[in-house]
Amino acid sequence: MTARSSKVTTLHDAIATHVADGMTVALEGFGHLIPFAAGHEIIRQGRRDLTICRMTPDILTDQMLAAGCVSRLVASFFASGSAGSLYEIRRRLEDHDPEPLEVEEYSHYGMYCRYQAGASKLPFFPLRSYVGGDLPQVNDRIRSVTSPYGDGDVYVVPALNPDVTVIHAQRADEYGNAQVWGITGAQQEAAYAASRVIVTVEEIVPTEVVRSDPNRTLIPAHAVDAVVEVPHGAHPSYAQGYYDRDSAFYREWTPISRDRDAIRRWVREEIIEQPDHAAYLERLGRERLEGLQVGPRPSEPVDYGRKRL
Amino acid sequence: MTTLASPPLSDVRPDSTEYLAVVAARELAGARRIFAGVGLPTLAVDLAKRTVNGDLELVYESGVCGAHPETMAEGIADFTLVSGAEAVLSMQALFGYVLQGGNVDVGFLGAAQVDREGSLNTSVIGDWDQPQVRLPGSGGAADIIASARECFVVLRRHDLSSLPAEVDFCTSPSPVRAHRASGHLAPTGGGVTTVITPLGVLRRDPDGPELELAQVHAGVNVEEVRARTGWDLVVRDDLVTTPAPTVEDVRLLREEIDTVRLYLR
Repeated sequence: MTARSSKVTTLHDAIATHVADGMTVALEGFGHLIPFAAGHEIIRQGRRDLTICRMTPDILTDQMLAAGCVSRLVASFFASGSAGSLYEIRRRLEDHDPEPLEVEEYSHYGMYCRYQAGASKLPFFPLRSYVGGDLPQVNDRIRSVTSPYGDGDVYVVPALNPDVTVIHAQRADEYGNAQVWGITGAQQEAAYAASRVIVTVEEIVPTEVVRSDPNRTLIPAHAVDAVVEVPHGAHPSYAQGYYDRDSAFYREWTPISRDRDAIRRWVREEIIEQPDHAAYLERLGRERLEGLQVGPRPSEPVDYGRKRL
Repeated sequence: MTTLASPPLSDVRPDSTEYLAVVAARELAGARRIFAGVGLPTLAVDLAKRTVNGDLELVYESGVCGAHPETMAEGIADFTLVSGAEAVLSMQALFGYVLQGGNVDVGFLGAAQVDREGSLNTSVIGDWDQPQVRLPGSGGAADIIASARECFVVLRRHDLSSLPAEVDFCTSPSPVRAHRASGHLAPTGGGVTTVITPLGVLRRDPDGPELELAQVHAGVNVEEVRARTGWDLVVRDDLVTTPAPTVEDVRLLREEIDTVRLYLR
């Protein structure tokens, strides 16, 4: 019997090994735990012609577009929440500047159902949305089937099976058992739908910590190919219990994104010219990161019990 | 006999965010479980919970049910909605069981355009292939309108482009429109029943064909509303005038809820 091996690696090596030009890459995290550090590393390594899958493209996709990594986008909401428009996406769609962007658009539940079908090895997944609407007119991947049980026609969305899914979690052990609390988004479904999975985490913890609370594991080790410790790896989004969202960054992004030269300069100076995520954080400054610290609000521990011997 | 002193009224303008939020919050007085969308709805549900409906159950598409935020949420995935919440569910549980399963009383949405039948456009102004403006898209809206018992919409403008007879692009179809798509399993949602604008409130019965003018804000002329609406707007016989926000409503919004002026701009 061979010893179980660790999947811990560096962010550079994880991206270099698993993400290649032309791949379909899901970067999931619904407002929470957005895998910014991993996305930045994809930019740094100059990947091209990627199809990016993300329910909420967010600032990360704006940055990857400006860096020239993306030729296709599969998504369901093209803004950064309350912070407003993503102008690089809009330039690509409205003015084809610097080139057109192919978009495949769904509603949130439609996009999520695509991952569910992909994870379950089903050809499609049904939902009750879209009847009478125009989304099926502009996205011919949204189709309908006749219910064999006599309920009429039902819209379905096709399985989405990314080549790679990248997610950020609060913690994992060295084998890749990834634990998440707070908003869990589409991470589990996107991971099981993908051929390969990269998990970045705030901290790698002893496997005993994971096993003390198995319900907290969102993605078990058997679904994970690489584990990387990247503190503040979700900045400027947040990690529940670790740090808050950098809302000022989101507000500051609007004028950067609005100016096609400014966004390119930002991507070059803050990402491409920095050797790694630690250098990116250093430029943000300790004071800024300290300002994102959160106060404690621990859960009451649960007791899983143990058989009496 | 004693008379209750009426609360002092504020003079915020009907096109201000404060006014819209107060009118929206009051609409939530009888709701039990509300699915709150991005932007102004987040502000309005916070105010409703502090004023007209302390028991309102807040549901967010991020998976949070029964949120008890200690601070105003700066978005539907803000961690303040998670800490202290009654539940955080998977997306299948939230969109599949809570929403599509028929457990949401009111879906509360923003939109760029609402039409006569209550269909919403949050996708594009102009043509899909050559857009004048590309909007954020559906998010959860197309799913919410299909299954929430009814939907409320807040519009920041009331003019021919925001209230056309028919939307440029139908992101989220009204049940009236959905029922014309014969052969399909019909959505269970009642569609848009309430549209709050800077001029007044339009209403549609859950099985009604179109939105009608039910309420005007103080100082607003009915003919002006009709002229700035993209169809021959029916005015209800029991038309009422919106009671002004109170000084306390506005104080709560400015001093206790949106202290960072995220929504109140």
